[in-house]
Amino acid sequence: MSDNRHLISILVENSPGELARIVGLFSGRGFNIDSLAVNTTTDPERSRVVLTTQGDARVVEQITKQLNKLVKVYKVHHLQGDGHVERELCLATIRASTPAARDDLERSVRLTGGKVLSFNREQFLVEVSGTEYEIDQFLEMVRPLGVRNMVRSAPVAIAKPSDDKSED
Amino acid sequence: MPSPGQVNTDLAETLPPRSQAAVEGESMRGARIVIEGLLREGVDLIFGYPGGAILHVYDELHKAQDRIRHILVRHEQGAVHAAEGFARSTGRVGVAMVTSGPGATNVVTGLQNAMMDSTPLVVISGQVVSSLIGTDGFQEADVVGITRPCTKYNYLVKDVKDIARVMKEAFHLARSGRPGPVLVDIPKDITAMETEFYWPESVNLPSYKPTIRGHNLQVKKAVDLIGTFERAIIYAGGGVVASGAEQELYELSSRLNVPVTATLMGLGCYPPGDPRYLGMLGMHGTYSANMAMYESELIIAVGARFDDRVTGVLSKFAPKAHKIHIDIDPTSLNKNVQVDVPIVGDAKTVLRQLLEALPEQAPPPRETWWQELRSWLSRYPLAYKKDPESIKPQFLFEELASLTQGKYILSTDVGQHQMWAAQYYPADSSRKWLTSGGLGTMGYGLPAAMGAATRSDEPVVCITGDGSFQMCIQELATCVHEGLNVKVIVMNNNFLGMVRQWQEMFYSRRYSEVGMKYFPDFKLIAEAYGATGLRAEKPSELRAVLEQGFATPGTVIMDVIVHKESNVFPMIPAGAGHNELVMDPEVFTDFDKEPK
Repeated sequence: MSDNRHLISILVENSPGELARIVGLFSGRGFNIDSLAVNTTTDPERSRVVLTTQGDARVVEQITKQLNKLVKVYKVHHLQGDGHVERELCLATIRASTPAARDDLERSVRLTGGKVLSFNREQFLVEVSGTEYEIDQFLEMVRPLGVRNMVRSAPVAIAKPSDDKSED
Repeated sequence: MPSPGQVNTDLAETLPPRSQAAVEGESMRGARIVIEGLLREGVDLIFGYPGGAILHVYDELHKAQDRIRHILVRHEQGAVHAAEGFARSTGRVGVAMVTSGPGATNVVTGLQNAMMDSTPLVVISGQVVSSLIGTDGFQEADVVGITRPCTKYNYLVKDVKDIARVMKEAFHLARSGRPGPVLVDIPKDITAMETEFYWPESVNLPSYKPTIRGHNLQVKKAVDLIGTFERAIIYAGGGVVASGAEQELYELSSRLNVPVTATLMGLGCYPPGDPRYLGMLGMHGTYSANMAMYESELIIAVGARFDDRVTGVLSKFAPKAHKIHIDIDPTSLNKNVQVDVPIVGDAKTVLRQLLEALPEQAPPPRETWWQELRSWLSRYPLAYKKDPESIKPQFLFEELASLTQGKYILSTDVGQHQMWAAQYYPADSSRKWLTSGGLGTMGYGLPAAMGAATRSDEPVVCITGDGSFQMCIQELATCVHEGLNVKVIVMNNNFLGMVRQWQEMFYSRRYSEVGMKYFPDFKLIAEAYGATGLRAEKPSELRAVLEQGFATPGTVIMDVIVHKESNVFPMIPAGAGHNELVMDPEVFTDFDKEPK
């Protein structure tokens, strides 16, 4: 994980065009979005956007200020240090046609707290969630078996209860 | 056919009886709610151009024409710049109304111009009927998509019940915080639907709360810093004008006995003849203002944003200075320049806080600092080489300054004439200087002057060039039709002068596509439009032409043939710092060798 990677959590009004304003702000001002996750919150009128971006302290200060300036953005949190948890989801179809391969796969899935969602004689569809690093580790472990197909989500993140200033 | 400028009396006779203000709960169509919204917000003048998708609203406008004056422009770009000129000269929100598709795309330049210069505008655009949106319908464009980055906020109204709230919010957003343009896009069917009219008493925008009052701790830090340094300067920008902080600015500079320099957008915010005033800073700013910034130990920036045309190259910007920065927009703080004490807040409010927090004491003499400043002022004033044969542009501006004493509203276009006007025109108060600062929009000047002239009993001057003038020249028709008192002075040098200057200085005089020829004949153009056309070609003719132009009622074009290859100095070249500015080599012949 790069030192320049930043996780930003944005609470915004859930209405058409607001996500476009956020995304447009990044492209228009020469910042980059590396990952983006968005969904509604407990209040259906508000959405939570979690994104990752890169930049030094000044860039991140400018990004958070620009986001805060958006008329329909309620709150912007720059999630730093270990005050939050972060998870991304990985779905992967992995080849395991021999008993030895199945043992290997089962061990890897168990180690990462994942689960098998579907399988046949040749391959297994598994679900794993974790940090970016943990998912990388899992994929590294199962690589010799053969990853046929894989999709990963953008990370979502939330502050831990003690530091939680980001209630909806 | 009525002669240009004459009021069509036939139309006046067909006016309906005085229109009635809407009452709460009255059922009406969306189009009338738009007009009622304008009236509730105190609007009595708008600029626009009708078309298919905005027809219902124009129909309601016709019924309310005794309460709202509409100025029919000749191009939608002119409508937005006129609204800007109106807004900047009056301090009120400017309003423009256009149709869908090309009508709306033609306002984009004006919106971005208003965005960069923080001018409060509301633009109403018609949109194709809701069922056609997304089908590539006739005169359809994704206007909220196109204008998203060039508005403070924009709306696509999808329900007639939302129109009143959206209109209320649009005006609130345009004028509050850091002002800016707001666009309201309304599909034609929505303006035809009926609903009960209720005007919201207040705006409910929990996610939008501009900070007005500066943080007390930051104000205290600023006071401590102010007490520490001898070489201090105030750098004042458009935010001083926007918040009406001229008096507070003057008080602060007097109590601290520090010099003041203004940005292009701040001109007029400080009395031009005051001994503490150093003039404009930046790329074409005065020697004293730029050197004072470079040598200062403390900069108090008020409502300014450290634009690249102001700072020169950042690595050489004010290397010795501690910096206090007051701005209502948090993103302006620490954006280009890291400052010691950022204060988010309204310029007027924060300056008042500062004045209250400063210790009561006599203004410090700052003797060494003022000695340096006075020596810069006297050794390197604005100067040019006089020419008995041709009208030097600077001579034109000196004559204009002496004739008007800076008492008229003046708009500029963009280029050399704009910089000379900034250097020489002594606007005697705020809101008399209209210019396209951030975007540098050629074509702004004439419609902006037109917008200001709708509310001015005095002449409004438009200084333009032979290039810029032709970018919105069609608005001459509007000026003449409305009988506006606009005095256009064309600084005609047969060149796109600023580009030519750069090609002369940095491209070995390879003049690439900057020649304009003396064409068209602006005197004949004036006459064709029904305006008065005058021309001065020699220095001896200039004063008489200016006097005659100002004495002639209505719209006048003064075509002033100036020296072709004059350059704007001082100049900070690209990549240089304030201390590396270049003076006019024809005047300051030994500038490079002189001890600074």
